[in-house]
Amino acid sequence: MLFQTFKNTSGEKMNKSTVFLFLALFSNVSYSITPEQRGLEIIQEADKRDTGFGDSKADMKMILKNRQGEESIRILEIQTLEIVDDGDKSLIIFDSPADVKGTAFLSFTHALIPDDQWLYLPAVKRVKRISSSNKSGPFLGSEYAFEDLTSFEVPKYSYKYLKDETVDGIGCFIIEATPKYEESGYTREILWIDKDRYISLKIDYYDRKNALLKTLTFKNHQQYLKRYWRASEMLMVNQQNGKSTALTWENYQFKIGLTDRDFDQNTLQRAH
Amino acid sequence: MTQIARICIGTLLLLNSYALYALELSGYLGIESLGFLQNPLFPQQHSHYLSAAIQPQLVHEWENGKQSLTFVPFFRLSQHDNRRTHFDIRELTWLKAADTWELRTGIRKVFWGMAESQHLVDIINQTDLVENFDMEDKLGQPMINLALIRDWGTLDLFLLPGFRERTFAGSEGHLNFPMLNQGAARFEKQGIEKHLAYAFRWSKAIAEWDMGLSYFYGTNRTPTIVPEFDPLGNLKQTVPFYENIHQTGLDVQYTKGNWQWKLETIVRAGQGKTFVAGTGGLEYSFYNIFESGFDIGLLTEYLYDSRGRNGQTFFQDDIMTGLRFGFNDEQSTEILASITFDRTSNTKFYNVEASRRLGESLKLTLEARFSSGADKNDFAFFLRQDDHIRAELSYHF
Repeated sequence: MLFQTFKNTSGEKMNKSTVFLFLALFSNVSYSITPEQRGLEIIQEADKRDTGFGDSKADMKMILKNRQGEESIRILEIQTLEIVDDGDKSLIIFDSPADVKGTAFLSFTHALIPDDQWLYLPAVKRVKRISSSNKSGPFLGSEYAFEDLTSFEVPKYSYKYLKDETVDGIGCFIIEATPKYEESGYTREILWIDKDRYISLKIDYYDRKNALLKTLTFKNHQQYLKRYWRASEMLMVNQQNGKSTALTWENYQFKIGLTDRDFDQNTLQRAH
Repeated sequence: MTQIARICIGTLLLLNSYALYALELSGYLGIESLGFLQNPLFPQQHSHYLSAAIQPQLVHEWENGKQSLTFVPFFRLSQHDNRRTHFDIRELTWLKAADTWELRTGIRKVFWGMAESQHLVDIINQTDLVENFDMEDKLGQPMINLALIRDWGTLDLFLLPGFRERTFAGSEGHLNFPMLNQGAARFEKQGIEKHLAYAFRWSKAIAEWDMGLSYFYGTNRTPTIVPEFDPLGNLKQTVPFYENIHQTGLDVQYTKGNWQWKLETIVRAGQGKTFVAGTGGLEYSFYNIFESGFDIGLLTEYLYDSRGRNGQTFFQDDIMTGLRFGFNDEQSTEILASITFDRTSNTKFYNVEASRRLGESLKLTLEARFSSGADKNDFAFFLRQDDHIRAELSYHF
């Protein structure tokens, strides 16, 4: 773990020094920057603005809708702990459907190495380490893949700035993000990022054949602690099969004093 | 009596003072159909058994979940076999969590281990065998469990007062040892020595490794089935005999990419000659096959017991291979199918488990278990006419 963290940080340092070297070399020439650097800078700025939230907790309602319009609902509680030099830790506690109530999912995200994940099964009181290779599979039968819900880390993708575009009167950067981690179900993602607030408004996901697979739109952003923006509504529409999953977020709380201890296997088994 | 009343009032007041988190009720109600395929070995056995079970769960949490009271009673009412009509308190626990420790006091269930085919290391709770022959159901065990949670891992210390005898089917039931008189169980130790067990387990996850090292001392959860003869030397009955044992266990899992490598091993002293048993194997998973959302897992495990054919175990030198299907659909459909075969005899066990949610609150579970090829000298011989299919429809709330 220590070794892996070290690898990550050194990787990032190398990126930064390359940028510095580049700037130093060309500082006398007119300021020019490649679309890749511009893309990375925008994402780094967005990431910087979201740094420092510490920890958070929220209730999530997932509404799955099939082509016939039939709905089924899942209610989850999500806790997140920000880890500065590594990916975040998160705990997802299932509240409904009733047959999986008390099931809990613990995940330690990492930037480039695979995440660590455990699942707690309350009926048999068993904690199972599970493979995090399942990135592209559906989460709870929804249109969200596991990789859509794990914490965002800058080094997981390479970036390219494409253009500016105005959507619903909001000026956006359009950025292409290409997953660098293995087993992604996507060749690329196109992100619409609000120029003022540096938050995502929309993401298009392209499947392994590079065809548009899903569109995620973020709505009704609320600002917490006068700094951190979170969407209250998210809608994932599968463009290929017509199914969709809506998420609504409620009761967001920040800096409630969660620690590593709230994200260990003992706490996992206490989930109700 | 007045003292009990005072404790009750005191508890109520205590609960009231924190009252802000409501009492939470959940649980399930199920009806079960258990059908046997062959002609029964004994005339008093039936071919089909209907039963119903209820398991509510009451949880009261306070101090942000750092303290909780949990109560989970269980009751099954069976059409035939009065032994299968049974009640148990699965859980009645007060839990207190602090930064570096947790104290869990009361009746609880604890699971140890990593393997899929059998759970050798898991020893805290008695098996509720009459509930399901797959050994996964357990009786609530009274305990005081202090967990020390530090950088070097979690150390769980257990004091286990109150020995629970294994539940077996009655004479009208199937899947039972011939002429078993469970009411005449014998014990190596009596009194407090019979009833008090001690255990600890150290566990830790380091990178891709999850591991546990455990020790148990007390009355064995797995009885030896002993024949008893009348003065003329005829077999009168068989009885469960519970020895006093020391058991050391190790369980390890290594998870890398699509691979999971699993190992469980125990050394048990006190049940006859000291013996070693182990289960080791792997699971390889294909996820989201052809971007369909469908998962397939391939499992194989080797099961070993140094007692060989002399030991009362189904698995001395056996291999389990299985397939796990995860549909990842809205109904969370899952299927697990496996075959366990003995490397030196013809004995085979076939197992299929499937489950699917219906609507929001109903769940259908199907289990089929067959065995074949066990000869007279095989420990599994008594199961020769007990192939069965179990279907359960449960309502969850």
